[in-house]
Amino acid sequence: MRITDVGSFFLFMVNCILCNNFIFSRFLGCCPFLGVSSKVQTATGMGLAVTFVMGIASLVTYFVNLLLVALGLEYLQTIAFILVIAALVQFVEMFMKKSMPSLYSALGIYLPLITTNCAVLAVTIMNVENHYNLFESVCNGVFGALGFMLAIVLMAGVRERLETSDIPKSFKGFPSSLITAGLMSIAFMGFQGLVK
Amino acid sequence: MAESNKPTMRGVFINGVLNENPTFRLVLGTCPTLAVTTSAINGIGMGLAATFVLVCSNFVVSCVRKLIPDKARIPAFIVIIATFVTIVQMVMQAFLPSLYDALGLFIPLIVVNCIILARAEAFASKNGPVISAVDGLGMGLGFTCSITLIGIIRELIGNGTVFGISLLGASYQPMLLFVLAPGGFITYGLVLGIINAITARRQAKAGKEE
Amino acid sequence: MALHISTGPHLRSRQDTPSLMRDVLIALCPAVAASLYFYGLKALWILLVSTACAVLSEYVWQRLMKKPIRLNDFSAAVTGLLIGLNMPATVPVWVPAIGSVFAIIIVKQLFGGIGHNFLNPALAARAVLLTSWPSYMTKALVPERTLTFGLFESSVDAITSATPLVAPVADIRNLLMGNIAGAIGETCKIAVLLGLIYLLIRGVIRWQIPVCMLGTVALMSWILGKDPLTAVLSGGVLFGTVFMATDYVTTPMLKVGQAIFGVGAGILVVLIRNYGNYPEGVTYAILIMNIVTPLLDRSLKRKVYGEVKQNG
Repeated sequence: MRITDVGSFFLFMVNCILCNNFIFSRFLGCCPFLGVSSKVQTATGMGLAVTFVMGIASLVTYFVNLLLVALGLEYLQTIAFILVIAALVQFVEMFMKKSMPSLYSALGIYLPLITTNCAVLAVTIMNVENHYNLFESVCNGVFGALGFMLAIVLMAGVRERLETSDIPKSFKGFPSSLITAGLMSIAFMGFQGLVK
Repeated sequence: MAESNKPTMRGVFINGVLNENPTFRLVLGTCPTLAVTTSAINGIGMGLAATFVLVCSNFVVSCVRKLIPDKARIPAFIVIIATFVTIVQMVMQAFLPSLYDALGLFIPLIVVNCIILARAEAFASKNGPVISAVDGLGMGLGFTCSITLIGIIRELIGNGTVFGISLLGASYQPMLLFVLAPGGFITYGLVLGIINAITARRQAKAGKEE
Repeated sequence: MALHISTGPHLRSRQDTPSLMRDVLIALCPAVAASLYFYGLKALWILLVSTACAVLSEYVWQRLMKKPIRLNDFSAAVTGLLIGLNMPATVPVWVPAIGSVFAIIIVKQLFGGIGHNFLNPALAARAVLLTSWPSYMTKALVPERTLTFGLFESSVDAITSATPLVAPVADIRNLLMGNIAGAIGETCKIAVLLGLIYLLIRGVIRWQIPVCMLGTVALMSWILGKDPLTAVLSGGVLFGTVFMATDYVTTPMLKVGQAIFGVGAGILVVLIRNYGNYPEGVTYAILIMNIVTPLLDRSLKRKVYGEVKQNG
């Protein structure tokens, strides 16, 4: 999938957000998806923080990858990328704390969790594997993260509703969340093939 | 569970496999559990790869735990883990190319498998190298067994086979859903719920006997 | 057990649910009759098995969980019947049987039973079956008998067609009468319309969802250059709209929310139909809107807080 004009840009977006949703069809970022989805508000915060970091991570790792290729050190990709992401998260956190305190107070608590969100590392590796150019990489990061955000916010909505439900005792918590996610993923299968 | 302050090898190992099974008790590392369990063999491959990384990283982290300043702890752990993941990645690419292709993106993603970082942080940074390695082995095997179990269930229902061997006969119509994305979530959720129910029943029984 | 706390529409009291569900069953009668007329014993067998499996699953679960047995609320029977009506006539009966068990146990009871499922059980089951055994689920049979009432001439041969929507554009009269291929309950549009009218008159459903959904399907299809009437009358749109998209539990509580639900589902139907992998998008469109429903309710509730009670 490449971006060549406005139409393909739109399709690229639909593909990232709906058809190949990070959670429902790629299983990336499931830990925060299951862990931080009990309230719509926190889920939205997490989603925004992930979007922010994934966009920047895609941008930065694009150049890191160029550097690795130039030096012939491609095999260090995993180590280099995860370090870049960890440093980036740290940096974003410090920067936000100083210059955007209001945003920091909203997103701050989620930022440290993002280092181990596999969606971030995954998107940077995918960008390299698919030979995306700079613009496509950033789009892939941002739209992928928006797909994650859509999933986690929808999940939080459903879970808030299920809060008062009489779920069998041994299925409370993770089991019912997983089955909820499974049923949502069945619905998302409807988006399959929208982008060919 | 280790009852004394000094954990025993056996206690630590069993703790990892059963009491604190990372998949079914702690519910960590959900992404690979869901993503690669479309077949039993993928489950074993992923489990063993993660076990190798877990044992090595726990050992090394424990060896260098007194050298690393507290603030640089997490990045240092990540570098150690990423190093072993890169080794696994290269070995697998060279010797098990088909498994490498099947697991794909999820091999480099072992780096961000929360089980590994969690054990480095919670156990290896506080205990000696050998017992840390044993903890890694226990946790790793617990993870391997769990995801292989999920892999077996999904492969059996979704494809009629286990480890590629047809078990349900030619007339069986596989329920494709189970090898697709929703099946992963639903199988994991059902198995987790059933294990919870069994544990609860056992505990209730144990409580009655006392 | 003095206190019932529940979010959704408060359908838990026993005097309400059975009468509502009885109305839905009555509304389904024309569709059942039509399916029996067109497909005969095959349809009867499918409907019996799917309904029996649903009721039995509900009974066994409530027994095992030591809950009060609530078969007399008819909700399991309605779910089972809807699953059966959504099957093509050629399907082997074990397919709807599995669907019924899945719908009752996993979609409904695991989340706390009636009133707590967030997806429509019958539709979720249909989606599961469609994904699992696509070849069985899409092989629709054009009925062996045709319905003319002496009004229209009709000559359709009994042939299997790949999918109802891919088949050559059927003539509106055949669409209305049900002389086309499709799931056993959804083909005869007149029967479904009778059900709709009954439900509206009895006040079981409000007009918002059906009107908005069908209107959107027509409008979107017209924009895409298709015949709007054919679009509304073909496939499972009408059946899904009347019996599934109006389910109390999984759709918004407020009228505004219901209107948004209808429009959203309509748009998704046309998108999935024309661009997606599946020939018919109704199932997925409604399921996706089911997922959005909690958020819709949540955001609307705040704005019109005072109205919640009288609408609920």
